[in-house]
Order: sequence, then C-alpha cells, then structure tokens
Amino acid sequence: MSLLDGGVAELAAAVRSRQVSAAEVLEEALARIEEAETELHCFNTVMLEAARAQAEAVDGAIAAGRDPGQLAGVPVALKDNMCTRGTPTTCSSKILQNWVPPYDGTVVRRLAEAGAVAVGKTNLDEFAMGSSTENSAFGPTRNPWDLGRVPGGSSGGSAAAVAAGLVPLSFGSDTGGSIRQPASFCGVVGVKPTYGLVSRYGLVAFASSLDQIGSFGATVADAALALEVAAGHDPLDSTSLDLPAPRLVEALGEGVEGLRVGVVDDFLAEVAPSCSLAAVAAAEALAAAGASCENVSIPEMLLGLPAYYIIAPAEASSNLARYDGVRYGLRVDGPDVETMNARTRAAGFGAEVRRRIMIGTYALSAGYYDAYYGQAQRARTILIRAFDAAYERFDVLVAPSTPSSAFAFGAKTEDPIEMYMSDLCTIPSNLSGHPAVSVPFALDSDGLPVGVQVLAPALGEPVMLRVAAALEAVAPPGVRGPVRPAASSSAVATGGGGGGRAGEGGGEVAGG
Amino acid sequence: MERISIDEARHVARLARLDLADGELDKLTGELSDLLEHVEAIRRLDTAEVPPTAHPLPLSNVFRPDEVRPSLERAEVLAAAPATEADRFLVPRILGEAP
Repeated sequence: MSLLDGGVAELAAAVRSRQVSAAEVLEEALARIEEAETELHCFNTVMLEAARAQAEAVDGAIAAGRDPGQLAGVPVALKDNMCTRGTPTTCSSKILQNWVPPYDGTVVRRLAEAGAVAVGKTNLDEFAMGSSTENSAFGPTRNPWDLGRVPGGSSGGSAAAVAAGLVPLSFGSDTGGSIRQPASFCGVVGVKPTYGLVSRYGLVAFASSLDQIGSFGATVADAALALEVAAGHDPLDSTSLDLPAPRLVEALGEGVEGLRVGVVDDFLAEVAPSCSLAAVAAAEALAAAGASCENVSIPEMLLGLPAYYIIAPAEASSNLARYDGVRYGLRVDGPDVETMNARTRAAGFGAEVRRRIMIGTYALSAGYYDAYYGQAQRARTILIRAFDAAYERFDVLVAPSTPSSAFAFGAKTEDPIEMYMSDLCTIPSNLSGHPAVSVPFALDSDGLPVGVQVLAPALGEPVMLRVAAALEAVAPPGVRGPVRPAASSSAVATGGGGGGRAGEGGGEVAGG
Repeated sequence: MERISIDEARHVARLARLDLADGELDKLTGELSDLLEHVEAIRRLDTAEVPPTAHPLPLSNVFRPDEVRPSLERAEVLAAAPATEADRFLVPRILGEAP
C-alpha cells in the first residue's frame, strides 16, 4: 500500500524519518491527479512548480537536520477561494478568472509552515454559492463514486480529491454546509469548526458572519490533525478567537462512555430514508458504546433554512460589491463608471451569483430591511437559544448530514429552492457558529455513501471529534473513500471535463 | 403575500449594479417572488422580545496597536488592475452625462 493511502500522521512521520522524500510523495500525488483529472475535474489549477519547490524545501530542511513540521511532505488541496500568492485564485468565477493574489491567506501560510505541500486549487460553485459544483464557470466536478452524479458543493473539488485518493487532505469553506454536504456525498470526513477558530484572512468572503474554513480527510484523525495545524488566533482576522489552538488528536480514542447524545428528531421526517436511517443507526451505535442517547425535538432548527436564505445573500450582496472592474478582475468597458460597473458584473458573475446578489440587495433595500434582514437576524437569535437549551441536556447532537445522497447532474439546476434545500441539516450550525462534522456511516441502495453529522456547542471540537471517531470505528466496511472513479450506474452524465484557463494578472483584498 | 413587479426587480438590479437583459429580469422577478414566499415563515415570527444576532461571537470591538507596518507591494497590486495611469486605478468618467 502506498503511504498516500495510510494516515496523514504516518505519512508525515515517514517523510520526517527519511523513509520517503517529500518529492517522491508529491510525484505520486501528481501522477494520480494527472490520471484522474480528465474524468473528475477536481482542480482549477495544479500548482506544479510551487509544489515541487515546497517539496524540495521540506526535503532540504530534513537533510539539514531541521524539523519541517507535523504535516511534513503531506500533499494538500486548497479550495480555489483561498488566496495563494503567485497562483490564480478564481472562486470558479469569470470575474476573477485571471486574478493572482499578492498575498497568502493565513491557513495557506500555516500549512506551508507545517511542511504541507499545496498541490492545487480545487473547483467550487462560483463564490461558494451552490451545493453541487454545477455553478462553477469552469465546468462541474464529478463524484468519484459515480461519475454521473455531483460531488456536492460548494467545496466539491476538495471533497472529490480526497475521496478519489488524489491527496490525503484538503481544505474547504463552509457557509451553509459547503464542507459537510460534499463530505457526505463523497464518503469522506468534513469538519466545519467553531466560527472564529480558523482565521478567514485570505478566504474570499461570501457571507462573513457564517463563513468558516475547515478540513477534509479520509479519516477523523486526518481531518483533526489538519484542523490543529490550521486553527489558532490570527491578528489579521478581527473575528478570530484569541485562544490557543485546540488539541484535537490526542483525545480521539477516549470513547463515548457516559456522554449524553441527542438525536435531532426534526430532520428525520424531512430527509430520505437512507439518511434518517443512518442517523438513527449512528445513535444506536453510540448507545452500544456506552453513551446515553435520546431523541430531542428542536423545531427552531427548521427556521435555519429560511433565515439563511435572507442573511447569506444579504451579506453576499455587500461583500461582492467589491467586484466592480476597478482594482482587479474582469472589466467590460462603458462610457461612464456606473455603466462599466454594471456591464462588468453582469458579464462576470454567473446566474446563481446574480440571483443571490438580487435577493440580498432586495432584502437590504429601503422599506424591506426590517421585514427581511432584521427579522432573519432575530430568527437567528431564536435558533441559538434553542441550541443553548439543548446543550444543557446533551453533550453533542446527532443528525443527518444531507436530505439525500449524491444526486444526478442537472437534477436540481432548474429549481433554485430545491437546490437550497440540500443545506437543510447543515445550515443551523453556521447560523449558531457551532462546530459540526460529517462522518461516512452508511451506503444507500445505489451504493452511494451517506454521512451522519455530529454537532457540538462552541469550541466543542474535542468531544465532537471523539464521537465522530467512535462512529467511524463501528461504521460498516466500504462506506468511505478513497475509491477509484466509477462510471455512472444510473444517472445521466452531462457536463464535466476540462477547466483549462490561462492564469495571469489580477489582484484584490478579500476575506477576514 | 405580494409578488414583486418587474419594475421593482429593475430597481434592485440598478442598486446592485447589474446590467441585466429584460428576459433575465423577468425570470428573476418570478424566482425572487418564489423565494420571498419560501421565507414568509420568518416574517410571521413574533420577535417583539428578541434581539437580532449579527454574528455568533461574544466579541465587541477588537483593537490593535496603531503602528506602521508593511503593506502590499504597490506595483504588484496595480499590476492586477484592468487599467492604471500614473500609479493610480483608471476608471471611465464619473461626473457629467455620458457622451
């Protein structure tokens, strides 16, 4: 077995002890990417030169007797909304197609400082708005479990890259489920941390009060280690929590004896039987392992979706005002500046981004602000209070990750609201700022992976990941990646394929 | 509840600086109305005693020392702009009527 298919800690240890070089590990990952990319399209950009230089630096440090860090030589993939100096950062949008950031985001820098090797920028729904990667301006990513189906989104490229074993780790961002939903669709672990745990400096902003960077791994231990490296206070992000980075890996094996687990009833009737059955089976497994499990009704959870589809577009309409054809990105000329702005934005943004900007602008406009945005912010308070009451009785909550398993290309593109429903079970944690993780736990009747969510109160990552590790330990065999890309069984394949773009020019200050 | 009109949608597109063709405006008018219907539950909530939440952190203002620090390279930043002149971003006319 290749070291790429073992644990991340084991891979870094092998590199540190010179059992294998970072350069050798990188070349194997690049070969896998080369072989799979035509089918999967996980990447917008593969960072050949930068990755080889970083691998060489890691090997050089080891040869000189220095320790390159806990992710020494580990290839990682980064969602293409994370700023990388000298490498295009497109957000899968035509408006940033040729933009090359003049700085690295904090997570990108921390990964490099821990010896990780960034191999490429992964595909996403444009500006992270979507649940399938079908909104990418450069074509969708395909799900390695079934090439006729979506990988989920918006971090679909990052999830599929780990699911196909191209890289052992990747990072994404989660505003309403954009890590957990694709993790569930692709049979990998995806963690959305507590808001403020990971710096957003250099993450291109979508909805600033909801956005959070998190990790994907084949196992809970891999994703937890990645999060340890990425987390911690950053003075460059004023919403970053001023706390030491948490210790997450060491407690993973402590089991769930005595923990109080609540199973969120309100989602069970709203999702496909395969998804509710997986959540119920997860609770049974935890009870068998010594936790006390009880169903709990939190009807306020169902306020999450409508509140989110006011708050997130409102914040997006404000954040995306910066794409005006002046300082970076696309410009479509006009006789005066307002016409230039409006032509640039209509040509540069895709249909879903235009739709959300319209929703958000309407919700914030004079006469409607209180009725929509103000009211949604109050609904957010009601939801947070309901979470707080639940966490007086429970240490963690268990819920489905998604309303269905991976769907076919085109299945939801005609009906925006149907697509928005994909985030039903994940959105509440973004509104509350609490952590949540999706763990592969079942296969549906089509052989597709189904994840289960573990939710915890703010900064509850240690107990949340312990529970996730306990679930992983008893999950049926075959429910998680990596898998080799498989031809479609039932779904009709459309789209997909090449995301070739020239990369040069561009610049913006985004995020944090 | 009321559906929004195409004139309202046109006004919102103007506020958002989106130059949309009539066909798309028409489609968006319907989609926007559908979404507003979908979020109607939020409008009906009794929130008289509930304060709004703008962000989930127990933070108020965050300050840092007011000291000079390096910033981004000017040449690198300007190189990313669609048009520049004399170390500045260049834009079409801002004042007066379009020709």
